[in-house]
Amino acid sequence: MEYFLKLFLSGTAKGSIYALIALGYTMVYGIIQLINFAHGEIYMIGGFTALILGGFFFSNGMPVWLVLLFSVLLSIIYASAFGYTIEKIAYRPLRGKPRLSALISAIGVSIVLQNFVLLAQTEKFMPFPSYLPEFSWLQPYKEYINSTQLIILGVTAIIMVFLTLLIKFTRIGKAMRATAQDMHMAQLVGVDVNQVISVTFIIGSSLAAIGGVLICSYMGQINYYIGFVAGIKAFVAAVLGGIGSIPGAVLGSFILGWTESLGTGYISSDYEDAFAFVILIVILLIKPDGILGRTQRQKV
Amino acid sequence: MKRTYMLLAVFALAGLMVFSGAQNAFAAPTIKIGVAGAHTGDLASYGLPSVNAAKLVVKNINDKGGINGQKVELVIEDDQCKPELATNAAAKLVSAKVVAVIGHICSGATKAALGIYKDSKIVTISPSATNPPLTQSGEYPNFFRTIAPDDAQAKLAATFLAKTLKLKKIAVLHDKGDYGKGFAELVKQYAEEYGVQVPLFEGINPGAPDYSAVVNKISNAKVDGVVWGGYHPEASKLVQQMKDKGMNIPFISDDGVKDNTFIEVAGKYAEGVYATGPTDTSTNALAIKAIEEHKKTFGTEPGAFFLNAYAATQALLNAIEKAGSTDYNKIVAALKSNYVDTPLGHISFDQKGDIIGFGFSVYQVKNGVFVELK
Amino acid sequence: MKSRSLLADIGKSFLIAIWFMVLLFPLMVMKVNVSKGVAQVQFRWNMLPLVGIAAFVLSLLWRFALEWNEKRGNDNRTGGPLAKLKALTSQYLGIAVVRKGALFILLAFAVAYPFLFGMYHTNVMITAFIYIILALGLNIVVGLGGLLNLGYAAFFGVGAYTYGLLWKYVGHSFIAAGIDPGWLFWISLPLAGIIATLFGILLSLPVLRLRGDYLAIITLAFGEIFRMVMQNSGDITGGATGISLIPRPWLFNIKLTPQKAATYIYFIAIVLVLITIFVVRRIEDSKVGRALEAMREDEIACQAMGINLVRNKLITFALGAFWAGIAGVVMAAQTTYINPDSFTLWESIIILMAVVIGGTGSIPGAIGGAILLKLLPEYFRALAQYRMLIYGIAMILVIIFKPDGLIPRKRKQYTFKEKELAK
Repeated sequence: MEYFLKLFLSGTAKGSIYALIALGYTMVYGIIQLINFAHGEIYMIGGFTALILGGFFFSNGMPVWLVLLFSVLLSIIYASAFGYTIEKIAYRPLRGKPRLSALISAIGVSIVLQNFVLLAQTEKFMPFPSYLPEFSWLQPYKEYINSTQLIILGVTAIIMVFLTLLIKFTRIGKAMRATAQDMHMAQLVGVDVNQVISVTFIIGSSLAAIGGVLICSYMGQINYYIGFVAGIKAFVAAVLGGIGSIPGAVLGSFILGWTESLGTGYISSDYEDAFAFVILIVILLIKPDGILGRTQRQKV
Repeated sequence: MKRTYMLLAVFALAGLMVFSGAQNAFAAPTIKIGVAGAHTGDLASYGLPSVNAAKLVVKNINDKGGINGQKVELVIEDDQCKPELATNAAAKLVSAKVVAVIGHICSGATKAALGIYKDSKIVTISPSATNPPLTQSGEYPNFFRTIAPDDAQAKLAATFLAKTLKLKKIAVLHDKGDYGKGFAELVKQYAEEYGVQVPLFEGINPGAPDYSAVVNKISNAKVDGVVWGGYHPEASKLVQQMKDKGMNIPFISDDGVKDNTFIEVAGKYAEGVYATGPTDTSTNALAIKAIEEHKKTFGTEPGAFFLNAYAATQALLNAIEKAGSTDYNKIVAALKSNYVDTPLGHISFDQKGDIIGFGFSVYQVKNGVFVELK
Repeated sequence: MKSRSLLADIGKSFLIAIWFMVLLFPLMVMKVNVSKGVAQVQFRWNMLPLVGIAAFVLSLLWRFALEWNEKRGNDNRTGGPLAKLKALTSQYLGIAVVRKGALFILLAFAVAYPFLFGMYHTNVMITAFIYIILALGLNIVVGLGGLLNLGYAAFFGVGAYTYGLLWKYVGHSFIAAGIDPGWLFWISLPLAGIIATLFGILLSLPVLRLRGDYLAIITLAFGEIFRMVMQNSGDITGGATGISLIPRPWLFNIKLTPQKAATYIYFIAIVLVLITIFVVRRIEDSKVGRALEAMREDEIACQAMGINLVRNKLITFALGAFWAGIAGVVMAAQTTYINPDSFTLWESIIILMAVVIGGTGSIPGAIGGAILLKLLPEYFRALAQYRMLIYGIAMILVIIFKPDGLIPRKRKQYTFKEKELAK
């Protein structure tokens, strides 16, 4: 039983890692039906920005908590700026064109960003110092969960609450919901669709940046390639839960995390990814729109 | 018809590109040596130092007037450690009429390229491809290497953990790749021969952010030690996540981890980690000289497999000189029958192409540095 | 009027330049290096003005390019020098003699190619041909059927492993019996096609109810599962170690040097490509092809017309998979070494890119896309590290300025010419 609990907590930690990235994916998809392949790279850039600026502040003697605060804030700002810029350059010109074209553009952006960071920085794995606090009261439970995992879990929960409140109760949230339902109608009733889309990208990228800082702190390392791997898993999680749905992304991420963790623990780590994909196939067979997905109505 | 026009244009474009990329014929005949490996991509840090090594050795030789009256010229090709790119690189080198190749770097890429080199009768010396069948299967009589094969490494690791550390139960993990899994399987085999139990043998996903599930599994299996077959990024995450969960058992790994980058990335978590690696050459006078040369010419410390590549190039050029020609059979015979003084020591090659006079040692991270254990 | 908007443009570009200078500051100007646990940051100030100037110039060009793109409209209108050139060439190619002549020259060039350019270039062309077959196959699924397949590389792998596994298990008995193992190539070709088709049908079963991106993700999952199974079943399939020394195709028991073998495979590949083009065109023009196109355009209308969706989807995947299987066998023969790393998600993406950039649903488009995507990186080798970056930028540029692909499919149109009204 203890073993199961440990695995369950591992799965929860894994799930919250996926959720941080999956949320951004699902938000963008919900609004413009684009699988933003470059999302993983924004996550990576968020991490790198924190590494660079954090390293700079730290080596200039700033106290640790201030370094953390600044590096998180700045990486959010930079990632949002990147997201916004990318949307304007690579996606906006393709609005209204076949969806596959936007997908290809996203792949192109992903390649460009990866190689840009590779060339501008380094191909090596860089150690990522964690400025996150250690909770000493958690020490006796370290076999079950550690401070960083708890922080990631907590942040994911806060973000989910924040997003739900945003979507439900604010004006921009309403505009986002309208645009997601029907972009043309939203325009007709006066919603500035361009602004909504930009805001969505900004929020999504911010989430990715937070994910980048936290997850890289957890892994202790960063590399120009981490975006790709993380992106695919997060995308699977988002689809599992129903792409376009925010609680769906979180639910999907946790289900993915638990499946992988329990599968590894009880069967074998060799097939860790396979468990994830099998569960995906099973769920989509039963519920073709994902667990919490909205059934897309087909107009004739 | 528009479509045919397009097809024509495309073919013409391709043809034009080919013309512009065609090689120019060199006036003076030189001895061409190919250097192939990962020069771009995520494994570039394993391949670039070999290029530097070859460059240094060739410069020294050319400054002395070359070999048999001819200058030596390097032809450098990138394969990103991918088999399909390796075959392209090999084809390119064969077209460039190289006499021999220093490379490739990764065992998989080397395997792919060797097919082409074998049929074209081109001597190939790798500074880093450690997959045992490359020499031991006998399939590639043109292949040599200046690094001991994986089974030597694995045997050493198994003996160390069984006899020196006296571990009774171990978990063996790998990254599912050719190199890592190969090492892991061999260690498991040798360890079991020593009576060590291996209740856990699994592959993990390289690149995943979280291995806590596997770590849980390890602690649940109540083993005395963990063996890792693979590279340093995963080793670093594993070691960190193990220590975070309070597991302080010995962690033994292969030469993919015996790299200063591992210590950089893992930081304090690297302390105490064991890794097998090529025997320490830091007291070898030629090694010291070669490293100085590198620092003077390129401004940085040399990276992985630098000395192995240096030795390989030296052995190759020496063999060509002793053979007095660039004939394939003569070079092969010369390599096997001559000893050369290199940064790795006094070396030669055995009948199968493996290196004589240089092997593996076990290292441990002490105070942030890899220290050779005698 | 003109001078004012020009000033506004310059002003805007200036602001954009500043935006980029700030945006790219940490990544381009600052360089982090961690040494002995301490992060050191280096400042490369010379990068800053570079970024600024580049951003300024590029943003001006970009704005003009976008305006030009919009004015251009969707179809290639007449007028403008490029269009005139196209019209001129079309006119000439309209003449049967010219067309036949051009085709003949093309064919002659293709046949002479390996003898003109040596082994390396021949190999590159073989790879291009393999990808042409792959692109044409995927084109059936994505272009004709409108079903997004992100796991196409799995079928490719099935083909390659058919040949590889045949060699692994049966090859030695062949040699012992005195038969040249190269025969296995010819046996594998049709066999791989059949097995890949079976896998294609297998894949289509779970996706029958799905649409759009859900379909895509399942195909992705399928592709990854295939690769993982190959990787983990080391004892049966060789796992990560792969299968090596795969024999070259049989040619009357002649022992071939790598040079000659490459040429031989080159010609086999050309023949296969021609067969593929022929068959795919026939499919396009057939009843099946039209049913697939209907399915792509509007599934509900399609069903209303009485077309069996389930059967169609099955056919689509099966047909697409068949060509990938064939391509796989050629690839295994060419590289003589296969392992699961050659059939990753990334491979599937590249093939998809070839189809979309070339022109979804158009055969010359798929061919052009495959050639572009496979030849460009090889010829850009000289640019080494910048290669992939340029590649990505090229991708984005092509898709923005030609979102229907470089050679978009021609929709069958009927134009009515109004007869002159009698005065």
